[in-house]
Amino acid sequence: MAKLRTRKHKVVLARSRGGDAGITVILVILGIFMFLPMYYVIIQSLKPLDELWMFPPRFYVSNPTFKNFKDLFTLMSGGLVPFSRYIFNTVFTSVAGTVGNLFFSSMAAYAMAKIAFPGGKTMFKLVRTSLMFHKTVTAVTCFLLMSTLKIIDTYWAIIIPAWGTTLGLYLMKQFMETNVTDAVLESSRLDGASELKTFWVIAMPMVKPGWLTLIVYSFQDLWNQGASMYIHSEQLKSLNYAIQQITAGGIKRAGASAASIVVMMMVPILVFVITQSNIIETMGSSGMKD
Amino acid sequence: MSQKTAEKKAVSRKDMSKAQWTWKEMKRNKVAYLMVLPYMLVFTAFTVLPVVLSIVISFTDFNMLELPNIVWLDNYIRLFLDDDIFLIAAKNTFIFAAIVGPASYIMSLMVAWFINELSPKIRAIVTLIFYAPSISGSVYLVWGTLFSADSYGWANAWLMKLGIITKEIAFFEDADWVMPLCIVVAIWTSLGTSFLSFIAGLQGIDKAQFEAGAVDGIRNRWQELWYITLPNMKPQLMFGAVMSITNSFGFGAVVTALCGFPSVDYAAHTIVHHLDDYGNQRFEIGYSSTIAVVLFAVMIGCNALVKKVLSKVGS
Repeated sequence: MAKLRTRKHKVVLARSRGGDAGITVILVILGIFMFLPMYYVIIQSLKPLDELWMFPPRFYVSNPTFKNFKDLFTLMSGGLVPFSRYIFNTVFTSVAGTVGNLFFSSMAAYAMAKIAFPGGKTMFKLVRTSLMFHKTVTAVTCFLLMSTLKIIDTYWAIIIPAWGTTLGLYLMKQFMETNVTDAVLESSRLDGASELKTFWVIAMPMVKPGWLTLIVYSFQDLWNQGASMYIHSEQLKSLNYAIQQITAGGIKRAGASAASIVVMMMVPILVFVITQSNIIETMGSSGMKD
Repeated sequence: MSQKTAEKKAVSRKDMSKAQWTWKEMKRNKVAYLMVLPYMLVFTAFTVLPVVLSIVISFTDFNMLELPNIVWLDNYIRLFLDDDIFLIAAKNTFIFAAIVGPASYIMSLMVAWFINELSPKIRAIVTLIFYAPSISGSVYLVWGTLFSADSYGWANAWLMKLGIITKEIAFFEDADWVMPLCIVVAIWTSLGTSFLSFIAGLQGIDKAQFEAGAVDGIRNRWQELWYITLPNMKPQLMFGAVMSITNSFGFGAVVTALCGFPSVDYAAHTIVHHLDDYGNQRFEIGYSSTIAVVLFAVMIGCNALVKKVLSKVGS
């Protein structure tokens, strides 16, 4: 891409001034619509009490304070279950789910993309079709299956389904198809390396943006997991659930609740900022060809 | 069809039946099956099986307590003829999906296109601004603060200060307001995967094509968009459409978080809520599965329709 950008355009593309101005105006309006709520929640989290209850509410803060964040931690430590437990639950399920997903999905994606075996194409078609189904629609039947497997109210109920996500496999398979050349794999196979070794040593290092994307998606999903119908025990519930309980505490906690939203959103946003270019690269091969 | 017969001929030329040849290939590629096995086990158990099971259960009166009886189409008849709330939910879902799906799709595409020619650094920042709401967990709750029922909410405060209203509006408890507001919030959180896919698709188009187009008489950027850009990113357009449709139908948690459950006068009650109501609250699993099956059918129908529309792009 860098190559293209440095090239001097000899042909002037058809761009009118009016069009440029119009596009800029639309972009700015939409940008404000997207950004203001995000900005407002950050401002709210920094407002002292008297500014939180000011009429009309302001879009800026005169005396910024971290008191809301302190309040948040006080509220957190007052619960029945120690807050560190909620943090552990979310971090543990996020990591265990993501690691499993990375191994299982990329291994399957490699086989589907790079080994021609009977049934491989059908399997991928099935995965692609299931992109159409939102998981809330199957939640009830999933619950029945999980209770048959006796994993309701355990970490497994969150972790195991995360090992086989559709989007993860789909993106990985598409990315491998375009970014791993068959010639390299063939020479590795001729050297006598097993298919598994070829996958791990040759193919995986070539698709770093792909697995970074898979990690980010999987992690975001698990991190943002709120109350789950598969978990009843208070000590197994997620951080997001616990934080939503604080928010539900009503207007007295307006400051702490804004602080909690800020704390929760920082993690996925930071992760995205760091990995953005890799994710966009992966998305380059996300298209559906037929 | 013709392709299949050609394949068969090629195999039989090797003096082997199709089954024999397949079996040989399967044995030769044992390791491939081993590699897909863990994924396929999980995928089958938690994605395929629930769909199949929903279809089967939808013909029964299963309720978790008694042994299920087969009732054939009774659930479907009840759903379409006797369930007034379902009709409200269906109407709301339809309005919701018909506005949010296309709006989010077009906005994703347009913004991706607008920022395509910006410098990489600015593009990265704009991407973050538009993408952040969709990944930030429960940040949509801020809309509850902006439109809160008291005068400390931003909307009420300004409407009162400007003298447009004299008494606070309880936005998320008012049947006239919940639907439009939820649609706005839904659009706000919807610039997700398809948006990123469009950005990447636009970046991947060979710039030489635009130059060739300019020489060939493309007069303005709209012609360029229609004749060069969009046809070049058809695969991304298709993928983005699938993601947008799925999300616009599965959007229930945000409504519940902002309006409560059930929403006032069922004003923002969607099919997903209806399904949750019967599946998780009343344990009428047979009936809730019927709702799920109807939703599957609608989603598949929408995807087929969109595929048809997208095939006309650039012609």
